[in-house]
Amino acid sequence: MHGYRGKILRINLSDKTWKLEKLDHTEALKYIGGRGFGSKIMFDEVDPNIDAFDPANKVIIATGPMTGTPTPAGGRYMVVTKSPLTGTIASSNSGGYWGAEMKFAGYDMIILEGKSEKPVSIFIEDDKIEFRDAGHLWGKTTIETTNELMKEAPEKAKVLCIGPAGENLSKIAAVMNDLNRAAGRSGVGAVVGSKNLKAIVIKGSSKPTVADPDALKDVVKRGRAQIKENGVTGAGLPTYGTNVLVNIINEQGVFPTRNFQETYFDKAEEVSGETMSEQFLLKRESCFACPIACGRYTKADDIETGGPEYESVWAFSAACGVSDMKSAIKANFWANEMGLDTISAGVTVATAMELYEKGIIKDDELDGLGLKFGDGDSMVEWVKKLGRRDGELASKMAEGSYRLADAYGHPDLSMTVKKQELPAYDPRGIKGQGLQYATSNRGGCHVRGYLISPEILGLPEKLDRLEIKGKPGWVKIFQDLTAFIDSCGMCLFTSFALNADDYAEMFSAVTGEKHTAEDILKAGDRIWNLERIWNLKAGIDPSQDKLPKRLMEEPIPSGPSKGHLPRLPEMLPLYYQERGWDENGIPTPEKLKELGVPS
Amino acid sequence: MQIKVRLFATLREGRGKELIMDLEPGLNPQLVIDLLKIKRDEVAILLVNGMDGKFDQQLIDGDTVSIFPPVGGG
Ligand code: SF4
Repeated sequence: MHGYRGKILRINLSDKTWKLEKLDHTEALKYIGGRGFGSKIMFDEVDPNIDAFDPANKVIIATGPMTGTPTPAGGRYMVVTKSPLTGTIASSNSGGYWGAEMKFAGYDMIILEGKSEKPVSIFIEDDKIEFRDAGHLWGKTTIETTNELMKEAPEKAKVLCIGPAGENLSKIAAVMNDLNRAAGRSGVGAVVGSKNLKAIVIKGSSKPTVADPDALKDVVKRGRAQIKENGVTGAGLPTYGTNVLVNIINEQGVFPTRNFQETYFDKAEEVSGETMSEQFLLKRESCFACPIACGRYTKADDIETGGPEYESVWAFSAACGVSDMKSAIKANFWANEMGLDTISAGVTVATAMELYEKGIIKDDELDGLGLKFGDGDSMVEWVKKLGRRDGELASKMAEGSYRLADAYGHPDLSMTVKKQELPAYDPRGIKGQGLQYATSNRGGCHVRGYLISPEILGLPEKLDRLEIKGKPGWVKIFQDLTAFIDSCGMCLFTSFALNADDYAEMFSAVTGEKHTAEDILKAGDRIWNLERIWNLKAGIDPSQDKLPKRLMEEPIPSGPSKGHLPRLPEMLPLYYQERGWDENGIPTPEKLKELGVPS
Repeated sequence: MQIKVRLFATLREGRGKELIMDLEPGLNPQLVIDLLKIKRDEVAILLVNGMDGKFDQQLIDGDTVSIFPPVGGG
């Protein structure tokens, strides 16, 4: 077995026991690893209808066959569980170095079961597994926790942990690793918190083998050259980071502003990638084996922090009407410290701001803080309070935007799909991305299929963002390829420069199992259908393949994309057809049989 | 006619962020980039008034041309 380590570590937190299981190689190849294989374990072992915080829910930390190999940006892992935010299957992807270290320790997957009676940390050094009391760490932030744990950890060990938000069961809590990398979305940190697990410290000493080292060397060399020559991965991302998108998206009038009430932010330049590079950037950061190094490390007053990335800058600037980069950097820092998903935290504060603007949230609920659009200082304070559930309103915010707005009787003011906050591209003016948001298996999300690539950046070819012709097919291919990439353990950003053939070649060289582009797209399709079936069983029916009412009914009010609506009703039936589903959006028995997906 | 040119990322180096150009009527974005000594393959995204633009499209008074080099995603 190459690429894979062949071992699953199953940990029972209730009785503090663990056992090793052999990886089922056939199943692993079918579902690749990471997101795909993690979802299959969920399918086999967890009732989709349980409450996400039920100890019977499991947290699966899964690497892919490429994680920890020399493939470009092959250091990713995923956290797969039932989401407390959406009720769907959740799988959140993270970079940094933790995932590769887990592979070096000898594991493809760690399955966390049950619930510890008291706060606990797990220390793993190769085959040595130890449970340690984490009472003294409960309540501590990400940096405090990591520093504290490193005092008792082997040198160069890597730390994964939750912050106060995860402990407090905030439905928008993240799992953090390497201080500032996050498996951010869908509240996976809260499920870890519900199990009273504070952290996993890991150290490994052996590398996964690869089937054909010579072939891998060749294809990696070629892939790295493609990444270097590509304008986006070789120049744009390394120089400016993802935040260079601020101006690109704003210039086209699709930069959601003040909780999606507008789509053009007149202060965008102040929070742009260009401004960040000139005034706030200390250094670039990279993840394991990554030639792109899109990560930023910035400083605002006395705060230094990893990031913020584009989505986080947006969530803590335009979304909240805030025009100063310092506040965005500080809010990002505190979101990391609290262990919060930056997109969901920013959009939730933005929702609260709109509720306040409309007089629905009252002054006497604010604990002496402000809550007006544009008030950066208060935004930072709300992020801190939210993570700690400090006060009644902050506690409502910790439930995420949908439940916050719903608590005030105005769920339509929440800019969410399947209760997960939408990211930084207005779907009314980017039609394919809109369809992707609506059909994403984990709710509002841009990285289940990054249609921005063809519709805005022109990669691999330029599509008219306002047209719908051909888009359902594009959405399917992007979703399927992404499902493969997430599962194999490489970073999605490599796909600006690499295509399905490149991934197939790398996968074949690593695992020794000959795969073509067609095979890997089929694996992606299989994973997509499996997730869909799981969601259907969890009661997330196709009527939820939709966008928020505001975005469906109110045309973009001004700016370059003025007047546009998503045209979802025209595209959705065609998308179902592309997927081989029936007209109600249910995978047909024939389709499932063809893919070998259980029903 | 007067047009506004907005430059981004590396294209700002030595040129600035925003320029107002006085041009003969009927000129197109190709001429704008020629005047600014920007090569065609340095342009990844060309917008005229926020919409996808073409290098040979006729500009009219008051148009805004935005030009981006190959940049990132996120
Ligand atoms: S492209 Fe960025 S996020 Fe992806 S692995 Fe490299 S540094 Fe990490």
